[in-house]
Amino acid sequence: MKIAVLVKQTPDTAELSRVAAEDVRSGQIKAPLVINPWDEFAAEEAILLGERYSATSVAISLGLPSAVDVLKHALAMGVGAATLVDSRSLQGGDLWTTASVLAAAVQAEGADLVLTGRQSVDDNSGAVAAGVAAYLGWPLVSAVCQIVEIADNQITVERLIEGAQERIRVPLPAVLSVNKEINEPRYPSFIGIRKANKASIPVVSAASLGVAAESARTQWRNLRKPEERPQSCHWIEGASAAEQAARLVDLLLAEKVI
Amino acid sequence: MSVLVWIEQNQSGLVASSCEVLGKAREIAGQLGVPVVAAVVGADSTAAEAARVYGADRVLALVSPLLAQYRLSGCVAALRLAAEHAAATVILTAATIRGREVAATLAHQLGAGYAPEAVDLGVETGRLVAVRSIYSNNLLVDVTFTSAVQVASIRPRSFPFPATCSTASPVVLLDPGLAEADLREQLLATRNTDNGEVSLADAAIIVSGGRGVAQNPSQGFALVAELAGVLGAAVGASRAAVDAGYIPYKHQVGQTGRTVKPDLYIAAGISGAIQHLAGMGGSKRIVAINPDKAAPIFEKAHYGVAGDLFQVLPALTAELKKRLGR
Repeated sequence: MKIAVLVKQTPDTAELSRVAAEDVRSGQIKAPLVINPWDEFAAEEAILLGERYSATSVAISLGLPSAVDVLKHALAMGVGAATLVDSRSLQGGDLWTTASVLAAAVQAEGADLVLTGRQSVDDNSGAVAAGVAAYLGWPLVSAVCQIVEIADNQITVERLIEGAQERIRVPLPAVLSVNKEINEPRYPSFIGIRKANKASIPVVSAASLGVAAESARTQWRNLRKPEERPQSCHWIEGASAAEQAARLVDLLLAEKVI
Repeated sequence: MSVLVWIEQNQSGLVASSCEVLGKAREIAGQLGVPVVAAVVGADSTAAEAARVYGADRVLALVSPLLAQYRLSGCVAALRLAAEHAAATVILTAATIRGREVAATLAHQLGAGYAPEAVDLGVETGRLVAVRSIYSNNLLVDVTFTSAVQVASIRPRSFPFPATCSTASPVVLLDPGLAEADLREQLLATRNTDNGEVSLADAAIIVSGGRGVAQNPSQGFALVAELAGVLGAAVGASRAAVDAGYIPYKHQVGQTGRTVKPDLYIAAGISGAIQHLAGMGGSKRIVAINPDKAAPIFEKAHYGVAGDLFQVLPALTAELKKRLGR
């Protein structure tokens, strides 16, 4: 069995609030770039499954040449191999462009299981797993919190939806998006980092994967910071906590929020 | 042409956030001059009957014994039939786990553009415009569509729960003609995980605790839960509190947790890291309780109590019990 892990290079979450609309428009993000934190859970799970089922694994990223760093991170964690799909010829694409190119890359790798994080911290679409599954024609299970078993060419997982947990079985090949609850991603070891730095990471283009550029079905417009509402804090004074509580409850009742 | 809304069901009935979407869809359909159609998927038409009061021009009940439990491929096949039947040009779901996978898969099958987890919708020159919140709530963008069919999922609590209508919508029964072989997922078991708690996504009021509980975490979160109980509120937490192991991850509000938009958010002992503010900054009213008047949470708060949560929370609970008679 071969597992493909889809990883994305995103701004460091601590820096997201400093990313300007203009930088996103131009594609020149100035913030430090890291592996999308959600995708670390997918990489970790691929490594764990590799041990459990003696499967091989490959990390795939669609991105700029700088995204080779997140692939190195995945390799340093212990993912077996990595491929970068150069996104520079895909400007103006939408999430279907991303999904179709990644699906082709998965196919080129001959993988039978795809793992990815629940969403990216920048685009927040959470739709790439579904899109890749759709292009491949494979079953999808999203929000997976545990891989129970792989047997008889089927995979059994637990997944979390709002207020409930489901146990689902689908035939392989399949696509899974994983949740934070699934594992605790390891830090790359010193030896792992040295090995990753020496690894050669092939770079392929969408064209070499045989994907023709489709025209985007959605477009982005008017990228902007949310309006900061002018805000001054009304301090609730009082000689005691009970007095403060009484004043606060008066105000909240008057505003009908309770 | 029509606006089609998937009314989702879960273990406790119709999913509130999908009803919110139906309320907004009425407005969008009005602007487009087309009917609004609700689609309900299940083994019988019980849920369709329940959905009749929210003002759809008609309710399509997609009924098959194979749809007794939610399974993605069956649900999508049923909704595809609904979309064809209604000649839908706009298809909307709630951005729940299921709503998101259904919307994406259906959009792909219909060759449609898809705007995931939109926070607002509008109409311009007869086309849908979906507003998305991206970069973990630090940027907004308008999504426009070039495809004939336009699909969006909508973040819970983006729109108010709709008022009920006096005239019930007519129900149309449709059989998607499914066979077991068409369905790829086997649902082996389901268990509830909410233990009767109010969910963060749907909560009108949230009471959250943070690192300020550190001197006695279990008592601190007991006080948070007690106040939440009196208010019928959900219990939230900052990442610091979750990382410290004071409370499970499912309560986490913020960039790597859940984005919430309650009418009232009470932050107790939360300093207001930027990642937390990104997840709750859209709340209508924010109350912060923290001994440090310089804590960043007070920059977002409408009401600030400079005090210790171990004193303020019990006082607030006692006052509310008295005033609300609970």
